[in-house]
Amino acid sequence: MSDHPSHAHMDAAQAYEAAKLGIWTFLATEVLLFGGLFTAYIVFRLKFPQMFHEDHFHLNRILGAVNTIVLICSSLTVALGIAAIRKGKQHLLKVYLSLTILLAAVFLGIKYVEWTEKFAHGLFPDTDVFFSLYFVMTGLHGLHVLAGMLVLGGVLVLAGRGKFSEHYSTPVEISGLYWHFVDLVWIYLFPLFYLIG
Amino acid sequence: MTEAGRSLGYLEEKGFLSWALTLDHKRIGVLYLLTTLLFFLVGGVFGLLIRIKLMVPGQQIFSDHVYNVLFTLHGSVMIFLFIIPAIPSGLGNFFIPLLIGAKDVAFPRINLASYWIFVAGIGVIVASLVRPMDTGWTFYTPYSAKTAANVTLLSFGIFLVGMSSILTGLNFLVTIHKLRAPGMTWHRLPLFIWGMYSTSVIQVVATPVVGITFLLLAMERLFGIGFFDPSKGGDPLLFQHFFWFYSHPVVYVMILPAMGIISEVVPVFSRKPIFGYKAIAYSSLAIAFIGFFVWGHHMFVSGMSKTANIIFSFLTFFVAVPTAVKVFNWIATMYKGSITFESPMLYALTFIFLFTFGGLTGMFLGALATNVHLHDTYFIVAHFHYTMMGGTVVGFLAGLHYWFPKMTGRMLSEKLARAGWLLTFIGFNVTFLTQFFLGFRGMPRRWAEYPPQFQGLNIVSTVGSWILALGILIMFVNFVRGLYAGKPAPANPWKGLTLEWQAASPPSTENFEAIPVITDWPYGYAKRKPESNE
Amino acid sequence: MTNAYAVQEAASRSAVQIDAVFLFITVVSLFFFFLVEGLLIYFAIRYRRKKASEDAATSDVTSNLVLEIVWVLIPSLVVLAFFAYGYVVYRDVNTPAPGASDINVTAQQFFFEFKYPDGRMEANELRVPAGRPVKLIMTSRDVIHGFFLPDFRLKQDILPGRYTYLYLQPDKEGTYDIFCTQYCGVGHSTMRAKLVVMPAEEYAKWASVGKVAGAALSLPEKGKDLLAKSGCLGCHSTDGTIKVGSSFKGIFGREVHLEGDRKVTADEEYIRESIYDPGAKVVKGFPNIMPTFKGRLSGDDVTAIIAYIKTLK
Repeated sequence: MSDHPSHAHMDAAQAYEAAKLGIWTFLATEVLLFGGLFTAYIVFRLKFPQMFHEDHFHLNRILGAVNTIVLICSSLTVALGIAAIRKGKQHLLKVYLSLTILLAAVFLGIKYVEWTEKFAHGLFPDTDVFFSLYFVMTGLHGLHVLAGMLVLGGVLVLAGRGKFSEHYSTPVEISGLYWHFVDLVWIYLFPLFYLIG
Repeated sequence: MTEAGRSLGYLEEKGFLSWALTLDHKRIGVLYLLTTLLFFLVGGVFGLLIRIKLMVPGQQIFSDHVYNVLFTLHGSVMIFLFIIPAIPSGLGNFFIPLLIGAKDVAFPRINLASYWIFVAGIGVIVASLVRPMDTGWTFYTPYSAKTAANVTLLSFGIFLVGMSSILTGLNFLVTIHKLRAPGMTWHRLPLFIWGMYSTSVIQVVATPVVGITFLLLAMERLFGIGFFDPSKGGDPLLFQHFFWFYSHPVVYVMILPAMGIISEVVPVFSRKPIFGYKAIAYSSLAIAFIGFFVWGHHMFVSGMSKTANIIFSFLTFFVAVPTAVKVFNWIATMYKGSITFESPMLYALTFIFLFTFGGLTGMFLGALATNVHLHDTYFIVAHFHYTMMGGTVVGFLAGLHYWFPKMTGRMLSEKLARAGWLLTFIGFNVTFLTQFFLGFRGMPRRWAEYPPQFQGLNIVSTVGSWILALGILIMFVNFVRGLYAGKPAPANPWKGLTLEWQAASPPSTENFEAIPVITDWPYGYAKRKPESNE
Repeated sequence: MTNAYAVQEAASRSAVQIDAVFLFITVVSLFFFFLVEGLLIYFAIRYRRKKASEDAATSDVTSNLVLEIVWVLIPSLVVLAFFAYGYVVYRDVNTPAPGASDINVTAQQFFFEFKYPDGRMEANELRVPAGRPVKLIMTSRDVIHGFFLPDFRLKQDILPGRYTYLYLQPDKEGTYDIFCTQYCGVGHSTMRAKLVVMPAEEYAKWASVGKVAGAALSLPEKGKDLLAKSGCLGCHSTDGTIKVGSSFKGIFGREVHLEGDRKVTADEEYIRESIYDPGAKVVKGFPNIMPTFKGRLSGDDVTAIIAYIKTLK
């Protein structure tokens, strides 16, 4: 039962279950990837409390907060997109996917502004451990945002070709799950770097 | 390769693209096998060169720097390009779907991608050889952050290879959970699957940590960040913790699949049900679990706190218990069996013999007082060669001999197999047994030259390496000969009960005509029906 | 390498103790080795298929709970014993002996530098009197190195940016190898030193002769000089008076109370950290205003200051 040759060996139910388990397993690996960095954060925060306290004032809380709202909204739009396609509303799906990608682009734009602001003030990844962590963690997160944009872009293209319906929207759902994870990582990064002294 | 009337099954379709773009798990498995076997030989050549240099103390034959590069490459190639992928991505890919009664893995395209990512990683690693690294495969900072070698490129290469490993583990996890044939309950799974499942869990959880470790190492070199650099407030021990958090569990990625193979081979060639099925199955999970908490035993003299040392020593010993349980159950399987010694069984028994010995030498390393003396000496080198080569590699060879007829449709020559086995066994022991004594007497590892008191045993070890190499060579001759001139193999030459033997030799692309329905476990070899069907 | 089983042969009592652990593990492991491998080989031979019995009836027993429990319990007890004995001896060997003389070891690519309390420095040769315990205070100038004394069965990595320690009990006169055991670059295999254990009188002679006229100040003297020159005495006293900062008198080895009810022992590492990162562990009741001396005091300077502070009892 497939127009999906790569899962000709599974029925639709199996394929859906497999996809869900697959994305959750993948997200587990991502948790461990970032986990290493969060561990480093804890280690160095305990070692240099003063440095963390002083340095975090250099971060732009307003831009950080705006970015947080931007990402939360993008999680909302992707969830709305999934809800839409579950009801068969293809056009609405495309709208929401586009909005999500747009918001992701805004996030990256603001990040760009933030980073260039830091560089202009002479704050670089090798300035001290706090800024090493800041740039590495937000950088890796940014790469994941970019990857998410590409994946969602691909899903948008497929949506444009009418691949999804109320019977089949698995790629949309698993991309959405990935996107929520990316949002979640930022929700940890923001307070850890911008807020707590 | 064709003979009149013989079907080539999945090997039928010809052409480069039919292999390069295949979605068939069997072909992907073969690609991995060929690639990893190639690097086994490459790594082996590096090993032989190491041993040649070590025959003579002093700066002779070739320079100390070249030696340092060679041992780094030997370790890195053997570990990342051979031992970690060989059984899982090679034999695992080929046989997991067959053993659970599926037509393929859950994500065939991701499977193909994992192979090409692996190849890309190899490419990047080879590119880094322009300025080859000499850090040892453990890449400890600060040296690895400062050395002129191309550690950055190498780090990206290893990152890619790690990504391939993660995708493979992910694929297998989902496959085993979701694609089992009807009636194949968890307690009817072949034990190789239990081993592969536990392996996949480790791959998925541990590999990302080494991924981030190498990324950070690359960034330390590229952007001057200082997580591991004391002059910037960093801590070289942090690198070691990150590195070993993966690299200890990864030894279980290496050994669990091999143990799974032994659990398959011993019952078949004893004509007896496996003894202690549940114990063996759950011991794989136990090893995977406990294995995550013992990484500090690589760091007892690193400057880690005494408290941490005590905790890690205590936990380390407990990973030995589920391992011992497997050995006892395999031997119990042989009790009152009807045993034959075809090459798969020969290698399987060798595995039990050598791995048990290697595991016992680990007792000296888990105990704090003795570890302090033995760490970073040749005792360690001998220990891990007994467990990784006497263990994993021998288990891998058992699997290759066992499943060669299924994969190729041909039989190997038992005479050549025995000759290869004998020389390999003798050569291996001569090479590595001597190294325990070298280590106890104080010869450090990663030494290109040494004081004269160590020369005698070094010569013996080197001669052993030549015998070992000859044995491996004969084995490869057997493989190549088997491919072209081996006797045609029946579907079930060993009369095994696991599902792969119900498929043809070699299997068709879809594996099975129809997905079988399972009603029993695959170890019912006894003449009488087992009373308690575990 | 010396045979440590005979006490009179052993280079150090640490070797004797550790070799006893080796012996214990060896004997027990050999027992299980012969048991397990013996059964393996025995079963392989005893139950091999004889020609005619192609379809031999084999046993159908597939599990035995009692057996499983037994062979989980016994290995567990055995490894527990290995752990316990290994731990006890490790703890003993790492217990500081009273009256130990401090030797500073600085490792760098590719040699060991030994600094004696009297200020004398030697490369690659460490001389100690027999019978007197020694505390090695080790740090590296560049990458991680290792300090391995096979005859004593002792080893410790040497790290940049911090101190690691090794306690030696040199019991028997002789010359012993010191090897670098942490890969450190192209000279790793030739990074070797010697420990020379001398009879007490010979050592005394050597110690007095070795001091060349106009030689460097002893370590504590150098440290005293630095304290005065670097401005430390502006805030710290050496006679017990509390000024802006705490007094150095009697501080070494004392338990110090920090802000937030934490306690720490004022050892070498604490003093070094307080000089380079003064805000990390501020003593309770004192303001956090001490500037850092990173870049102004080298690792060797810090070593000398520590040596001086130790004399302020």
